[in-house]
Amino acid sequence: MNIQTKFDANPAPIQIIDGLTDTRDVLAHARKNALKRGLADWFICDVDAHHVESISWHEVVKYIEDPVIRDNAMRFHSERTGAPPYGLNGDLGLRYTSVGGRIPHQDERREKIPDTGVHRDVELTRRAMDSIGVDNMVIFPTPMLFLGMHPQPEMEVWLTRAYNRWLIDRILSEDDRIKTLLCLPFNTPKEAERTVAEFADKKGVIGFCVPSTRYKPVHHNDYMRLYSMIEETGKPLAFHAGYHWHDPSLATVNRFIGMHALGFVWCNMVHMTNWILNGIPERFPKLKPIWVESGLAWVPFMMQRLDDQYLMRQSEAPQLKRLPSEYMRDNCWYTTQPMETTHPKALQNTLEMINAETQLLFASDWPHFDFDLPQMIYDLPYLSEQAKRNILGLNAARIFNLEPTIRKNLMY
Amino acid sequence: MPEYKVGPADIFADDERRIVACDDKEIGIFKLDGEFYGWHNLCPHQGGPVCTGRVMSRVLEIADAEGCTRGQQYDDSQKHIVCPWHGYEFSIKTGSHPGNARVRLRPADVFVREGQVYVRL
Repeated sequence: MNIQTKFDANPAPIQIIDGLTDTRDVLAHARKNALKRGLADWFICDVDAHHVESISWHEVVKYIEDPVIRDNAMRFHSERTGAPPYGLNGDLGLRYTSVGGRIPHQDERREKIPDTGVHRDVELTRRAMDSIGVDNMVIFPTPMLFLGMHPQPEMEVWLTRAYNRWLIDRILSEDDRIKTLLCLPFNTPKEAERTVAEFADKKGVIGFCVPSTRYKPVHHNDYMRLYSMIEETGKPLAFHAGYHWHDPSLATVNRFIGMHALGFVWCNMVHMTNWILNGIPERFPKLKPIWVESGLAWVPFMMQRLDDQYLMRQSEAPQLKRLPSEYMRDNCWYTTQPMETTHPKALQNTLEMINAETQLLFASDWPHFDFDLPQMIYDLPYLSEQAKRNILGLNAARIFNLEPTIRKNLMY
Repeated sequence: MPEYKVGPADIFADDERRIVACDDKEIGIFKLDGEFYGWHNLCPHQGGPVCTGRVMSRVLEIADAEGCTRGQQYDDSQKHIVCPWHGYEFSIKTGSHPGNARVRLRPADVFVREGQVYVRL
Protein backbone atom coordinates (compact mmCIF):
# COMPACT_ATOMS: atom_id res chain seq x y z
CA MET A 1 0.00 0.00 0.00
CA ASN A 2 1.35 3.41 -0.95
CA ILE A 3 1.84 5.90 1.81
CA GLN A 4 0.17 9.15 0.87
CA THR A 5 1.71 12.36 2.04
CA LYS A 6 -0.55 15.38 1.91
CA PHE A 7 0.59 18.77 0.65
CA ASP A 8 -1.05 21.91 -0.57
CA ALA A 9 -0.95 22.60 -4.30
CA ASN A 10 -0.27 26.27 -4.90
CA PRO A 11 -1.33 28.21 -7.98
CA ALA A 12 1.43 28.13 -10.57
CA PRO A 13 2.92 31.55 -11.36
CA ILE A 14 1.77 31.49 -14.99
CA GLN A 15 -1.86 30.54 -15.55
CA ILE A 16 -2.35 31.70 -19.14
CA ILE A 17 0.09 32.67 -21.86
CA ASP A 18 -1.10 35.33 -24.27
CA GLY A 19 0.29 38.26 -26.24
CA LEU A 20 0.87 40.25 -23.04
CA THR A 21 2.99 37.58 -21.34
CA ASP A 22 6.63 38.41 -20.67
CA THR A 23 9.02 36.53 -22.99
CA ARG A 24 10.79 35.12 -19.92
CA ASP A 25 7.53 33.60 -18.74
CA VAL A 26 6.61 32.27 -22.17
CA LEU A 27 10.00 30.57 -22.33
CA ALA A 28 10.33 29.58 -18.65
CA HIS A 29 10.26 25.91 -19.57
CA ALA A 30 13.03 26.44 -22.13
CA ARG A 31 15.27 27.96 -19.48
CA LYS A 32 14.48 25.14 -17.07
CA ASN A 33 15.23 22.55 -19.75
CA ALA A 34 18.54 24.22 -20.60
CA LEU A 35 19.58 24.27 -16.95
CA LYS A 36 18.55 20.66 -16.50
CA ARG A 37 20.81 19.63 -19.36
CA GLY A 38 23.77 21.62 -18.08
CA LEU A 39 23.74 23.98 -21.07
CA ALA A 40 24.56 27.00 -18.90
CA ASP A 41 28.24 26.21 -19.49
CA TRP A 42 28.00 25.49 -23.21
CA PHE A 43 28.68 28.22 -25.76
CA ILE A 44 25.53 28.45 -27.84
CA CYS A 45 25.02 30.70 -30.84
CA ASP A 46 21.58 31.13 -32.33
CA VAL A 47 22.19 31.86 -36.00
CA ASP A 48 18.61 32.78 -36.91
CA ALA A 49 16.20 34.67 -34.70
CA HIS A 50 13.95 37.58 -35.54
CA HIS A 51 12.72 40.91 -34.41
CA VAL A 52 9.65 42.64 -35.80
CA GLU A 53 11.10 45.71 -37.43
CA SER A 54 7.72 46.95 -38.63
CA ILE A 55 6.81 47.92 -35.03
CA SER A 56 9.72 50.37 -35.16
CA TRP A 57 9.08 51.39 -38.76
CA HIS A 58 8.33 55.00 -37.83
CA GLU A 59 11.95 55.12 -36.60
CA VAL A 60 13.39 53.25 -39.57
CA VAL A 61 11.88 55.58 -42.17
CA LYS A 62 13.83 58.48 -40.66
CA TYR A 63 16.97 56.72 -41.93
CA ILE A 64 15.82 56.75 -45.59
CA GLU A 65 18.44 58.80 -47.41
CA ASP A 66 16.36 59.93 -50.37
CA PRO A 67 14.84 63.17 -49.00
CA VAL A 68 11.61 62.90 -50.97
CA ILE A 69 10.89 59.27 -50.09
CA ARG A 70 11.88 59.92 -46.48
CA ASP A 71 9.51 62.87 -46.33
CA ASN A 72 6.70 60.84 -47.91
CA ALA A 73 7.23 57.98 -45.48
CA MET A 74 7.39 60.15 -42.38
CA ARG A 75 4.27 62.07 -43.41
CA PHE A 76 2.48 58.79 -44.10
CA HIS A 77 3.27 57.54 -40.60
CA SER A 78 2.38 60.79 -38.86
CA GLU A 79 -0.89 61.47 -40.66
CA ARG A 80 -2.49 58.04 -41.05
CA THR A 81 -3.98 56.28 -38.06
CA GLY A 82 -3.01 52.62 -37.96
CA ALA A 83 -0.83 53.03 -41.03
CA PRO A 84 0.87 49.85 -42.29
CA PRO A 85 4.66 50.13 -42.59
CA TYR A 86 5.47 52.48 -45.45
CA GLY A 87 6.87 50.72 -48.49
CA LEU A 88 6.79 47.15 -47.16
CA ASN A 89 5.13 44.53 -49.33
CA GLY A 90 4.89 41.65 -46.82
CA ASP A 91 3.21 38.48 -48.01
CA LEU A 92 -0.43 37.90 -47.08
CA GLY A 93 0.60 34.66 -45.39
CA LEU A 94 1.99 36.78 -42.55
CA ARG A 95 -1.61 37.20 -41.35
CA TYR A 96 -2.03 33.48 -40.73
CA THR A 97 1.18 32.56 -38.95
CA SER A 98 -0.29 32.37 -35.42
CA VAL A 99 -2.87 29.75 -36.52
CA GLY A 100 -5.78 31.98 -35.67
CA GLY A 101 -4.23 33.20 -32.41
CA ARG A 102 -3.34 29.74 -31.13
CA ILE A 103 0.35 30.70 -30.95
CA PRO A 104 0.26 34.15 -29.32
CA HIS A 105 3.98 35.03 -29.46
CA GLN A 106 3.83 34.76 -33.25
CA ASP A 107 1.51 37.75 -33.28
CA GLU A 108 2.57 41.06 -31.86
CA ARG A 109 4.23 40.81 -28.46
CA ARG A 110 2.77 43.43 -26.17
CA GLU A 111 4.65 42.69 -22.97
CA LYS A 112 5.76 45.57 -20.81
CA ILE A 113 9.22 46.96 -21.46
CA PRO A 114 10.52 49.37 -18.82
CA ASP A 115 12.15 52.50 -20.16
CA THR A 116 15.79 51.72 -19.43
CA GLY A 117 17.17 53.66 -22.33
CA VAL A 118 17.82 50.66 -24.55
CA HIS A 119 15.65 49.94 -27.54
CA ARG A 120 12.62 47.67 -27.09
CA ASP A 121 14.07 45.14 -29.52
CA VAL A 122 17.32 44.96 -27.55
CA GLU A 123 15.42 44.20 -24.36
CA LEU A 124 13.23 41.60 -26.07
CA THR A 125 16.28 39.95 -27.61
CA ARG A 126 18.05 39.85 -24.24
CA ARG A 127 15.01 38.22 -22.66
CA ALA A 128 14.95 35.61 -25.41
CA MET A 129 18.70 34.91 -25.22
CA ASP A 130 18.62 34.38 -21.45
CA SER A 131 15.57 32.14 -21.68
CA ILE A 132 16.48 29.98 -24.66
CA GLY A 133 20.02 29.87 -23.30
CA VAL A 134 22.14 31.38 -26.06
CA ASP A 135 25.23 33.54 -25.80
CA ASN A 136 24.97 35.24 -29.18
CA MET A 137 21.81 35.73 -31.18
CA VAL A 138 21.77 36.63 -34.86
CA ILE A 139 18.69 38.66 -35.63
CA PHE A 140 16.94 39.11 -38.93
CA PRO A 141 13.98 41.31 -39.83
CA THR A 142 10.57 39.82 -40.61
CA PRO A 143 8.34 41.49 -43.28
CA MET A 144 11.42 43.01 -44.88
CA LEU A 145 12.38 39.54 -46.04
CA PHE A 146 9.80 39.96 -48.82
CA LEU A 147 11.36 43.11 -50.27
CA GLY A 148 12.96 41.12 -53.08
CA MET A 149 9.47 40.86 -54.59
CA HIS A 150 8.74 44.58 -54.42
CA PRO A 151 7.67 45.97 -57.80
CA GLN A 152 9.99 48.93 -57.24
CA PRO A 153 13.60 47.71 -57.02
CA GLU A 154 14.48 51.19 -55.76
CA MET A 155 12.27 50.60 -52.74
CA GLU A 156 14.31 47.55 -51.80
CA VAL A 157 17.43 49.73 -51.95
CA TRP A 158 15.95 52.63 -49.99
CA LEU A 159 14.37 50.56 -47.26
CA THR A 160 17.13 47.97 -46.86
CA ARG A 161 19.70 50.70 -46.55
CA ALA A 162 17.57 52.63 -44.05
CA TYR A 163 16.95 49.48 -42.02
CA ASN A 164 20.62 48.53 -42.00
CA ARG A 165 21.68 51.98 -40.81
CA TRP A 166 18.96 51.97 -38.14
CA LEU A 167 19.87 48.44 -37.02
CA ILE A 168 23.55 49.30 -36.65
CA ASP A 169 22.75 52.57 -34.90
CA ARG A 170 19.95 51.54 -32.54
CA ILE A 171 20.26 47.79 -31.95
CA LEU A 172 23.72 46.37 -32.67
CA SER A 173 25.48 49.23 -30.92
CA GLU A 174 23.59 48.52 -27.68
CA ASP A 175 24.62 44.94 -26.99
CA ASP A 176 27.49 42.99 -28.52
CA ARG A 177 25.74 39.69 -27.85
CA ILE A 178 23.34 40.66 -30.65
CA LYS A 179 24.64 40.10 -34.18
CA THR A 180 23.28 40.25 -37.69
CA LEU A 181 23.89 39.00 -41.19
CA LEU A 182 23.20 42.26 -42.92
CA CYS A 183 20.48 42.24 -45.57
CA LEU A 184 21.60 43.02 -49.10
CA PRO A 185 19.40 44.82 -51.67
CA PHE A 186 20.22 41.94 -53.97
CA ASN A 187 18.03 43.01 -56.91
CA THR A 188 20.46 45.91 -57.44
CA PRO A 189 23.96 44.37 -57.42
CA LYS A 190 25.88 47.65 -57.25
CA GLU A 191 23.94 48.67 -54.16
CA ALA A 192 24.59 45.28 -52.61
CA GLU A 193 28.30 45.86 -53.21
CA ARG A 194 28.02 49.28 -51.60
CA THR A 195 26.40 47.68 -48.54
CA VAL A 196 29.34 45.31 -48.16
CA ALA A 197 31.89 48.05 -48.69
CA GLU A 198 30.34 50.41 -46.16
CA PHE A 199 29.07 48.15 -43.42
CA ALA A 200 31.27 45.03 -43.32
CA ASP A 201 33.27 46.34 -40.39
CA LYS A 202 30.41 47.72 -38.32
CA LYS A 203 29.88 46.35 -34.82
CA GLY A 204 27.70 43.26 -34.84
CA VAL A 205 27.84 42.66 -38.62
CA ILE A 206 29.19 39.12 -38.87
CA GLY A 207 28.09 38.38 -42.42
CA PHE A 208 25.56 39.19 -45.10
CA CYS A 209 22.18 37.93 -46.16
CA VAL A 210 20.27 37.49 -49.37
CA PRO A 211 16.58 37.25 -48.50
CA SER A 212 15.86 34.33 -50.80
CA THR A 213 12.37 35.28 -51.93
CA ARG A 214 13.07 36.84 -55.30
CA TYR A 215 13.37 36.07 -59.00
CA LYS A 216 17.05 36.74 -59.51
CA PRO A 217 19.57 34.19 -60.80
CA VAL A 218 22.28 33.92 -58.15
CA HIS A 219 24.75 32.82 -60.82
CA HIS A 220 24.42 35.93 -63.01
CA ASN A 221 27.69 37.62 -63.83
CA ASP A 222 26.37 40.79 -62.21
CA TYR A 223 26.91 39.16 -58.81
CA MET A 224 30.48 37.96 -59.22
CA ARG A 225 32.06 41.15 -57.91
CA LEU A 226 29.74 41.03 -54.91
CA TYR A 227 30.74 37.45 -54.12
CA SER A 228 34.39 38.35 -54.51
CA MET A 229 34.00 41.24 -52.08
CA ILE A 230 32.20 39.08 -49.52
CA GLU A 231 34.76 36.31 -49.89
CA GLU A 232 37.47 38.85 -49.20
CA THR A 233 35.79 39.95 -45.95
CA GLY A 234 35.91 36.33 -44.78
CA LYS A 235 32.31 36.65 -43.62
CA PRO A 236 29.57 34.20 -44.63
CA LEU A 237 26.68 34.86 -46.98
CA ALA A 238 23.30 33.57 -45.83
CA PHE A 239 20.36 32.74 -48.05
CA HIS A 240 17.47 33.32 -45.69
CA ALA A 241 14.39 31.50 -46.97
CA GLY A 242 10.91 32.93 -47.15
CA TYR A 243 7.68 32.19 -48.93
CA HIS A 244 5.79 33.96 -51.67
CA TRP A 245 2.23 32.76 -52.00
CA HIS A 246 1.83 34.47 -55.34
CA ASP A 247 4.61 32.41 -56.86
CA PRO A 248 3.06 30.57 -59.84
CA SER A 249 4.32 27.26 -58.49
CA LEU A 250 2.08 27.73 -55.43
CA ALA A 251 -0.97 28.91 -57.34
CA THR A 252 -3.10 25.90 -56.39
CA VAL A 253 -1.99 25.59 -52.77
CA ASN A 254 -4.93 26.78 -50.68
CA ARG A 255 -3.70 26.24 -47.13
CA PHE A 256 -1.04 28.22 -45.30
CA ILE A 257 0.45 24.99 -43.95
CA GLY A 258 1.04 23.73 -47.49
CA MET A 259 2.27 27.03 -48.85
CA HIS A 260 4.65 27.47 -45.91
CA ALA A 261 5.94 23.89 -46.06
CA LEU A 262 6.80 24.22 -49.74
CA GLY A 263 7.55 27.93 -50.09
CA PHE A 264 10.14 28.11 -47.33
CA VAL A 265 12.17 25.42 -49.05
CA TRP A 266 11.46 26.03 -52.72
CA CYS A 267 13.27 29.38 -52.93
CA ASN A 268 16.45 27.88 -51.50
CA MET A 269 16.17 24.74 -53.64
CA VAL A 270 16.19 26.95 -56.73
CA HIS A 271 19.09 29.08 -55.52
CA MET A 272 21.07 26.04 -54.39
CA THR A 273 20.58 24.34 -57.76
CA ASN A 274 21.88 27.39 -59.60
CA TRP A 275 24.66 27.93 -57.07
CA ILE A 276 26.03 24.43 -57.48
CA LEU A 277 25.45 23.73 -61.18
CA ASN A 278 27.03 27.04 -62.17
CA GLY A 279 30.12 26.20 -60.18
CA ILE A 280 30.03 29.12 -57.74
CA PRO A 281 31.90 27.03 -55.12
CA GLU A 282 34.68 26.47 -57.69
CA ARG A 283 34.87 30.17 -58.52
CA PHE A 284 34.78 31.34 -54.89
CA PRO A 285 36.10 28.43 -52.84
CA LYS A 286 36.46 30.48 -49.67
CA LEU A 287 32.97 31.96 -49.83
CA LYS A 288 30.79 30.44 -47.10
CA PRO A 289 27.10 30.19 -48.02
CA ILE A 290 24.66 29.35 -45.22
CA TRP A 291 21.22 28.01 -46.11
CA VAL A 292 18.88 29.40 -43.50
CA GLU A 293 15.38 28.44 -42.34
CA SER A 294 14.55 25.79 -44.88
CA GLY A 295 14.95 22.97 -42.37
CA LEU A 296 17.14 20.04 -43.36
CA ALA A 297 15.03 17.36 -45.03
CA TRP A 298 15.34 18.98 -48.45
CA VAL A 299 19.12 18.60 -48.51
CA PRO A 300 19.38 14.80 -48.94
CA PHE A 301 16.76 14.96 -51.68
CA MET A 302 18.72 17.62 -53.56
CA MET A 303 21.99 15.79 -53.10
CA GLN A 304 20.61 12.59 -54.56
CA ARG A 305 18.68 14.26 -57.34
CA LEU A 306 21.50 16.50 -58.54
CA ASP A 307 24.14 13.75 -58.31
CA ASP A 308 22.01 11.37 -60.30
CA GLN A 309 21.31 13.86 -63.08
CA TYR A 310 24.85 15.28 -63.09
CA LEU A 311 26.49 11.95 -63.86
CA MET A 312 24.34 11.65 -66.99
CA ARG A 313 24.74 15.27 -68.11
CA GLN A 314 28.17 16.39 -66.87
CA SER A 315 28.69 18.55 -69.96
CA GLU A 316 25.87 20.83 -68.81
CA ALA A 317 27.73 21.66 -65.59
CA PRO A 318 31.34 21.65 -66.77
CA GLN A 319 32.75 23.78 -63.95
CA LEU A 320 32.14 21.04 -61.41
CA LYS A 321 35.05 18.82 -60.42
CA ARG A 322 33.15 16.84 -57.84
CA LEU A 323 29.64 15.61 -57.29
CA PRO A 324 27.03 18.26 -56.46
CA SER A 325 26.48 16.56 -53.11
CA GLU A 326 30.14 17.00 -52.27
CA TYR A 327 29.93 20.75 -52.78
CA MET A 328 26.72 20.76 -50.75
CA ARG A 329 28.50 18.90 -47.97
CA ASP A 330 31.90 20.57 -47.97
CA ASN A 331 31.22 24.10 -49.22
CA CYS A 332 27.84 24.83 -47.66
CA TRP A 333 26.58 25.37 -44.14
CA TYR A 334 23.04 24.89 -42.88
CA THR A 335 20.97 26.14 -39.99
CA THR A 336 18.93 23.61 -38.07
CA GLN A 337 15.50 25.15 -37.87
CA PRO A 338 12.77 24.05 -38.47
CA MET A 339 14.41 20.69 -37.87
CA GLU A 340 12.19 17.83 -39.05
CA THR A 341 12.09 15.29 -36.22
CA THR A 342 9.14 12.99 -36.87
CA HIS A 343 11.27 10.41 -38.71
CA PRO A 344 14.35 10.01 -36.50
CA LYS A 345 16.27 7.69 -38.84
CA ALA A 346 15.82 10.11 -41.73
CA LEU A 347 17.14 12.95 -39.57
CA GLN A 348 20.15 10.89 -38.53
CA ASN A 349 20.88 10.11 -42.15
CA THR A 350 20.53 13.77 -43.05
CA LEU A 351 22.99 14.86 -40.39
CA GLU A 352 25.51 12.31 -41.68
CA MET A 353 25.04 13.41 -45.30
CA ILE A 354 25.68 17.09 -44.56
CA ASN A 355 28.54 16.33 -42.16
CA ALA A 356 26.66 18.10 -39.40
CA GLU A 357 29.60 17.99 -37.04
CA THR A 358 31.26 20.78 -39.01
CA GLN A 359 28.53 22.21 -41.29
CA LEU A 360 25.45 22.56 -39.12
CA LEU A 361 24.58 25.66 -37.09
CA PHE A 362 21.90 25.84 -34.41
CA ALA A 363 19.04 28.28 -35.06
CA SER A 364 15.90 28.91 -33.02
CA ASP A 365 13.91 31.21 -35.31
CA TRP A 366 12.37 32.67 -32.16
CA PRO A 367 9.70 34.13 -31.97
CA HIS A 368 8.16 32.37 -34.95
CA PHE A 369 5.60 29.61 -34.65
CA ASP A 370 7.99 26.78 -35.52
CA PHE A 371 10.89 27.84 -33.26
CA ASP A 372 13.35 25.26 -31.99
CA LEU A 373 15.40 24.98 -28.79
CA PRO A 374 19.00 23.86 -28.12
CA GLN A 375 17.66 20.78 -26.33
CA MET A 376 16.64 19.35 -29.71
CA ILE A 377 20.30 18.95 -30.62
CA TYR A 378 21.40 18.01 -27.11
CA ASP A 379 18.84 15.20 -26.91
CA LEU A 380 19.87 13.44 -30.14
CA PRO A 381 21.22 10.11 -28.87
CA TYR A 382 23.61 9.35 -31.72
CA LEU A 383 25.69 12.54 -31.68
CA SER A 384 28.91 12.78 -29.70
CA GLU A 385 29.18 15.54 -27.12
CA GLN A 386 31.73 17.29 -29.33
CA ALA A 387 29.34 17.17 -32.29
CA LYS A 388 26.60 18.67 -30.14
CA ARG A 389 28.88 21.43 -28.91
CA ASN A 390 29.94 22.15 -32.49
CA ILE A 391 26.39 22.37 -33.80
CA LEU A 392 25.14 24.44 -30.90
CA GLY A 393 27.91 27.00 -30.99
CA LEU A 394 31.45 26.10 -31.95
CA ASN A 395 30.79 25.79 -35.69
CA ALA A 396 29.31 29.29 -35.59
CA ALA A 397 32.25 30.57 -33.58
CA ARG A 398 34.56 29.21 -36.25
CA ILE A 399 32.85 30.53 -39.38
CA PHE A 400 31.84 33.88 -37.86
CA ASN A 401 35.12 34.33 -36.01
CA LEU A 402 33.32 34.74 -32.68
CA GLU A 403 34.92 34.33 -29.29
CA PRO A 404 33.09 31.31 -27.77
CA THR A 405 32.58 33.00 -24.43
CA ILE A 406 29.67 32.21 -22.13
CA ARG A 407 27.58 35.37 -21.92
CA LYS A 408 24.11 34.12 -21.10
CA ASN A 409 22.48 34.43 -17.73
CA LEU A 410 20.17 31.49 -17.22
CA MET A 411 20.01 32.12 -13.48
CA TYR A 412 17.98 35.35 -13.51
CA MET B 1 2.30 8.67 -3.99
CA PRO B 2 1.93 12.14 -2.51
CA GLU B 3 -1.39 13.90 -2.61
CA TYR B 4 -1.75 17.61 -3.13
CA LYS B 5 -4.87 19.47 -1.99
CA VAL B 6 -5.97 22.01 -4.56
CA GLY B 7 -9.06 23.45 -2.81
CA PRO B 8 -12.85 23.27 -2.84
CA ALA B 9 -14.33 21.71 -5.95
CA ASP B 10 -17.08 24.30 -6.08
CA ILE B 11 -14.68 27.15 -6.75
CA PHE B 12 -14.16 25.71 -10.24
CA ALA B 13 -16.63 26.99 -12.79
CA ASP B 14 -17.41 24.66 -15.65
CA ASP B 15 -14.86 25.12 -18.45
CA GLU B 16 -12.39 26.55 -15.92
CA ARG B 17 -8.70 25.71 -15.98
CA ARG B 18 -6.18 26.20 -13.22
CA ILE B 19 -2.47 25.41 -13.21
CA VAL B 20 -1.13 24.30 -9.84
CA ALA B 21 2.40 23.67 -8.60
CA CYS B 22 2.90 20.34 -6.85
CA ASP B 23 6.46 20.75 -5.62
CA ASP B 24 8.50 20.93 -8.84
CA LYS B 25 5.71 19.71 -11.12
CA GLU B 26 3.02 21.83 -12.71
CA ILE B 27 -0.38 20.27 -13.29
CA GLY B 28 -3.18 21.69 -15.38
CA ILE B 29 -6.61 20.97 -13.89
CA PHE B 30 -9.56 21.35 -16.22
CA LYS B 31 -13.23 21.17 -15.34
CA LEU B 32 -15.27 20.20 -18.36
CA ASP B 33 -18.89 19.01 -18.48
CA GLY B 34 -18.84 18.61 -14.71
CA GLU B 35 -15.75 16.36 -14.66
CA PHE B 36 -12.17 17.09 -13.64
CA TYR B 37 -9.19 16.25 -15.85
CA GLY B 38 -5.52 16.65 -14.97
CA TRP B 39 -2.49 16.86 -17.26
CA HIS B 40 1.15 17.62 -16.68
CA ASN B 41 1.97 21.07 -17.98
CA LEU B 42 4.58 19.70 -20.38
CA CYS B 43 3.97 19.38 -24.08
CA PRO B 44 5.30 16.07 -25.48
CA HIS B 45 6.63 18.02 -28.46
CA GLN B 46 9.31 20.30 -26.98
CA GLY B 47 8.30 20.56 -23.31
CA GLY B 48 6.22 23.72 -23.68
CA PRO B 49 3.71 24.92 -21.08
CA VAL B 50 0.83 23.26 -22.87
CA CYS B 51 -1.84 23.80 -20.22
CA THR B 52 -1.41 27.60 -20.31
CA GLY B 53 -2.58 27.90 -23.92
CA ARG B 54 -5.92 28.69 -25.49
CA VAL B 55 -8.86 26.34 -25.11
CA MET B 56 -10.42 25.87 -28.53
CA SER B 57 -13.08 23.62 -29.96
CA ARG B 58 -11.94 20.98 -32.42
CA VAL B 59 -12.09 22.15 -36.03
CA LEU B 60 -13.91 19.88 -38.46
CA GLU B 61 -14.23 19.88 -42.22
CA ILE B 62 -17.08 17.64 -43.29
CA ALA B 63 -17.20 16.10 -46.75
CA ASP B 64 -20.75 15.56 -48.01
CA ALA B 65 -22.08 12.48 -49.82
CA GLU B 66 -20.49 13.67 -53.06
CA GLY B 67 -17.12 14.15 -51.37
CA CYS B 68 -17.41 17.92 -51.51
CA THR B 69 -16.68 20.28 -48.64
CA ARG B 70 -18.39 23.53 -47.74
CA GLY B 71 -15.91 24.99 -45.30
CA GLN B 72 -15.01 24.33 -41.70
CA GLN B 73 -16.90 24.24 -38.42
CA TYR B 74 -16.27 23.90 -34.71
CA ASP B 75 -17.25 20.80 -32.76
CA ASP B 76 -18.03 22.34 -29.38
CA SER B 77 -18.35 18.91 -27.80
CA GLN B 78 -14.61 18.39 -28.24
CA LYS B 79 -12.51 20.93 -26.39
CA HIS B 80 -8.78 21.16 -27.02
CA ILE B 81 -5.97 22.72 -25.09
CA VAL B 82 -3.50 24.31 -27.52
CA CYS B 83 0.16 24.53 -26.56
CA PRO B 84 1.10 28.21 -26.89
CA TRP B 85 4.63 27.39 -28.05
CA HIS B 86 3.91 25.63 -31.34
CA GLY B 87 0.17 25.02 -31.55
CA TYR B 88 0.06 21.29 -30.75
CA GLU B 89 -3.57 20.57 -29.78
CA PHE B 90 -4.79 17.94 -27.34
CA SER B 91 -8.24 16.75 -26.30
CA ILE B 92 -8.85 17.92 -22.75
CA LYS B 93 -10.78 14.73 -22.03
CA THR B 94 -8.39 12.15 -23.53
CA GLY B 95 -5.05 14.01 -23.71
CA SER B 96 -4.53 12.82 -27.29
CA HIS B 97 -3.46 14.86 -30.28
CA PRO B 98 -6.38 14.85 -32.73
CA GLY B 99 -4.11 14.11 -35.67
CA ASN B 100 -1.90 11.47 -34.06
CA ALA B 101 -3.24 9.62 -31.04
CA ARG B 102 0.26 8.40 -30.19
CA VAL B 103 1.18 11.97 -29.24
CA ARG B 104 -0.34 12.33 -25.79
CA LEU B 105 -0.24 14.48 -22.70
CA ARG B 106 0.99 12.87 -19.51
CA PRO B 107 -1.98 12.32 -17.19
CA ALA B 108 -2.17 13.41 -13.58
CA ASP B 109 -4.63 11.78 -11.21
CA VAL B 110 -7.11 14.49 -10.24
CA PHE B 111 -10.10 13.60 -8.08
CA VAL B 112 -12.64 15.06 -5.67
CA ARG B 113 -12.95 13.79 -2.11
CA GLU B 114 -15.29 15.29 0.43
CA GLY B 115 -15.77 18.37 -1.70
CA GLN B 116 -12.05 19.01 -2.16
CA VAL B 117 -10.01 18.66 -5.34
CA TYR B 118 -6.79 16.67 -5.04
CA VAL B 119 -3.89 15.78 -7.32
CA ARG B 120 -2.14 12.50 -6.70
CA LEU B 121 1.28 12.06 -8.32
